[in-house]
Amino acid sequence: MCLAVPGKVLDIEERDGTRMATVDFGGVVKEVCLEYLPDLRVGEYAIVHVGFALQRLDEESARQTLELFAELGLLQEEFGDPWETAAMEAAEDAVEEVRK
Amino acid sequence: MKYIDEFQDPELARRLLDDIHATVTRPWALMEVCGGQTHSIIRHGIDQLLPKQLELIHGPGCPVCVTPLEVIDKALEIASRPEVIFCSFGDMLRVPGTGRDLFQVRSEGGDVRVVYSPLDALRIARQNPDRQVVFFGIGFETTAPPNAMTVHQARKLGIANFSMLVSHVRVPPAIEAIMSSPSCRVQGFLAAGHVCSVMGMGEYPGLAERFRVPIVVTGFEPLDILEGVRRAVRQLERGEHTVDNAYARAVRPEGNPAARAMLEDVFEVTDRAWRGIGVIPGSGWRLSSKYRDHDAEHRFQVDGIRTEEPAACRSGEVLQGLLKPHECEAFGTVCTPRTPLGATMVSSEGACAAYYLYRRLDMPAAKAREATPVV
Repeated sequence: MCLAVPGKVLDIEERDGTRMATVDFGGVVKEVCLEYLPDLRVGEYAIVHVGFALQRLDEESARQTLELFAELGLLQEEFGDPWETAAMEAAEDAVEEVRK
Repeated sequence: MKYIDEFQDPELARRLLDDIHATVTRPWALMEVCGGQTHSIIRHGIDQLLPKQLELIHGPGCPVCVTPLEVIDKALEIASRPEVIFCSFGDMLRVPGTGRDLFQVRSEGGDVRVVYSPLDALRIARQNPDRQVVFFGIGFETTAPPNAMTVHQARKLGIANFSMLVSHVRVPPAIEAIMSSPSCRVQGFLAAGHVCSVMGMGEYPGLAERFRVPIVVTGFEPLDILEGVRRAVRQLERGEHTVDNAYARAVRPEGNPAARAMLEDVFEVTDRAWRGIGVIPGSGWRLSSKYRDHDAEHRFQVDGIRTEEPAACRSGEVLQGLLKPHECEAFGTVCTPRTPLGATMVSSEGACAAYYLYRRLDMPAAKAREATPVV
């Protein structure tokens, strides 16, 4: 949760008087609030945390960090479904019990 | 140096490491504040590549780990109410309160939902005007601005059925508390990069001067961490203690002024208990009186909950850098990520979880002692 992930702005629109963007995080696309970086443009990269763009980043830095986070399995953790993960873990535990 | 191939630029990593080895002439202890940095350090074996005299101590920078039991119990109490939809980030689900966690509340019929962003919780509130929607607002200075904006929006849009259970924490008072402890061994800090992306570096010169410690703002990639370490040990060897920015691509000296302004509007500084550590003065934020209508503690009257930390878990010592995870007797035996005793093993950002994930072959202290022949 504390992780802030770099993403690329695909699209920007106003919603309820709030500046929102569609952002691509290495394949995962999410809605992101731009109120803290209102001059961010389509095609630019930013560090995004829990749905908010917090600071600009250059493309190369963004790409390197995304690769590292993907390798560490942190993207799945940030964007994955915890209920699904819990169900999978419970199934693995059950298999382990049967093996014993 | 078997891990060197995993660095994105092994040649640059080698040069940084050679420079660190050439610089260090005496024993030094540095603390990395952020749990994300701890994971990168352990995953890549950075601590094992550094000179033996140089120790990295893991700091309290995991929001899930430091959220106190009392707040978890308040969350469980609110989430159990039939009129409530309780929204949280996914990594809070397994954190044990007194006797149970949010997973259990859900299995008992509580409407607990995982959201990616606090704005998702606000949307749920708009879609369910007949229910009370509560968001669990925890985290450091990186998470606080999104949560502040969400409360601000709720007020602006008149979404009366939305409230937040707030337990935000601030890094600089934690550094002050760690340095003020008589048992403190820390001589320099790698400051958390993304916290500084928001807050800038203005809070650090006073701390560096007062405690005579170098503070180097550091990122999360292996090369970022090596560069942060290199700059910190250079200062230590020269007897310097200044604030330095080794993560300039994401951290401006002033941080993000819009985010800081929103923090000041929505929150006010308060004393805050840290799990396993205790109360640190001025180390947290709560909603300011202007936003009291959206304060879940006020709305659900859970002020009375008071709890004691169980003594079995030694995560408080881990959070203060006094104990390494694998030195705990429970590590990897009774305490694992699926059967955690404490928050540092529960949270994927916790130091104990990092050691378990990446160093699971390390023997727990008790087993190691059994295996050592008594002469």
